[in-house]
Amino acid sequence: MPANRFNGFTEYGVGIGLRIPHFHHILTRKPTVDWFEIISENFMIDGGRPLHTLDQILEQYRVVQHGVSMYFGSAERPNREHLRRLKDLVKRTKTPWLSDHLCWGSVDGRYTHDLLPMPYTFEAARVTAQKIREVRDHLEIPVVVENVSSYAEFHVSEMTEWEFLNEVVEGADCGILLDVNNIYVSSQNHSFNPMEYVNSVPAHRVAQIHIAGHSKYRKYILDTHDHPVIDPVWTLYSRAIERVGHTATLLEWDDRIPSFDEVHNEALKANKYLASASLATAV
Amino acid sequence: MKLLSLQRKMARAVMTPLTPAENMRRYAPNGRPMRSVAADFIKPNDRLTSFERLEIYNKQYWYRVLASITDDFPGLCAVLGDRRFEAMAKAYINDCPSRSFTLRNQCSRLESWMRRHPSWARTRQQLALDMVRLEWADIEAFDGRAEPPLCTEDVAGANPATLRLELQPYIRLLDLRYPVDDLALEMRAPVDSEVASNAFYERKKRKRVQAVARLKPSRIYLIVHRMDYSVYFRRLVREEFAILTALQDGKTLKRAVDIAFRSSRIPVGDQPVHVEKWFRGWAAMGWFCRPERSSAKS
Repeated sequence: MPANRFNGFTEYGVGIGLRIPHFHHILTRKPTVDWFEIISENFMIDGGRPLHTLDQILEQYRVVQHGVSMYFGSAERPNREHLRRLKDLVKRTKTPWLSDHLCWGSVDGRYTHDLLPMPYTFEAARVTAQKIREVRDHLEIPVVVENVSSYAEFHVSEMTEWEFLNEVVEGADCGILLDVNNIYVSSQNHSFNPMEYVNSVPAHRVAQIHIAGHSKYRKYILDTHDHPVIDPVWTLYSRAIERVGHTATLLEWDDRIPSFDEVHNEALKANKYLASASLATAV
Repeated sequence: MKLLSLQRKMARAVMTPLTPAENMRRYAPNGRPMRSVAADFIKPNDRLTSFERLEIYNKQYWYRVLASITDDFPGLCAVLGDRRFEAMAKAYINDCPSRSFTLRNQCSRLESWMRRHPSWARTRQQLALDMVRLEWADIEAFDGRAEPPLCTEDVAGANPATLRLELQPYIRLLDLRYPVDDLALEMRAPVDSEVASNAFYERKKRKRVQAVARLKPSRIYLIVHRMDYSVYFRRLVREEFAILTALQDGKTLKRAVDIAFRSSRIPVGDQPVHVEKWFRGWAAMGWFCRPERSSAKS
């Protein structure tokens, strides 16, 4: 499944997150990178250097927008100012699809700036799906939702996380940004089988995959995006690619960011799995 | 529990200030034990209690919002000192939680909040306020909107009595009681890592910052502007500042100049020369926007 309606029928390969420490390297050396993912909120501004740099990047590279504060799962309606600025940016980047998280983070107009976990209830799935539809209708591009890492579960939950994800994406008729590192982190924190999660995701809706590293503490794992990808996460990625096919893949590295080449080389390890998927399709 | 009430409950807990040892408080602001609050809606697991699971989010929230305010206001931190700054930041965030989708706007209310809470800066209140105004202006000038700059032909033949010139939206004009621009620039001085260890450099820098922070009041007129996508601070003479402020307030060019030279020490005969020189400099830096054709000529 190289392309689908959830990623705008594109066939993107392996990308990396566009981060400030790499700007100079990218603009001066112009390395070959299939695509960059930007954090939308960093560019939802009126002017200045960030937008100037983005425009320079857009002249040479394909960019996909990834948001961190739409909060599809918040009970309140979408913020109009947020939507207006997001749409302006969508026009600028011509992103073929737009992703944000399956989480909440604001209530009564107050923002936590965190990706807080959802209660896995039918009510929450309905509210979230409705909001995703509203955002997609406003932006007029495919919207995909990403599963988050979590550290807490709720008494009120009525289903597993993957059942909730399926309930939401079916209700919204939207795509999935499958973060296999987040699946691994949550599986360790909540003692479930991560492979069961990967095997339960509707393959035809997966528009993009995230890989990343994390930090292990004594009693839990934190999704810190500051390490290379560990083998169990590559195993989940391999299985995901086996099910989904050659899919746009992005490495997230957001803290203690090493050199551009180190980040890019880590991301390009995904090509080994993508090549197998392409071979399997050809055979 | 309905979605909205669960989210309100969790947000209240997550946004409750941590203890001085940076742990979740034992009691909620209403006096109820946090263990009981957490157990109401969060499941424990085989390694963590409900309290401990909620505490992860409580800590993450405060680490994130405090890191953001510390990054944005290093000068204020130098004025208040690290401990007092951190305590002040916690109090501000507790009183004024973010109401924007971006942390960039978290401190949009900091100046007005500090005016209402002078005890945080004590005898340095004016210095602290000047620094907050400068650092917020820096943020706004960095990513504010820019319009096409004015060209000479845009205003050729215009009547100063009716001409209204607009300043670039990213420009901020500050009338300050302390030379906080010196302090802010000191904070940005590059680290020469080849000649000093980080610890040595930090000590040296702190001493210099403290020296600047002890400076006596000295009124300055400052423009915070942008050139080639970098933010600059530039001191202005009082009359320059007055003209630009009046123009920013929508006054006509003639009225702005009249206001500026009211009670000026610059001899009347020299004033046109100064005005011409200033305007040449301002235009060269692109501080004026291109007006609508009709209004420029009106």
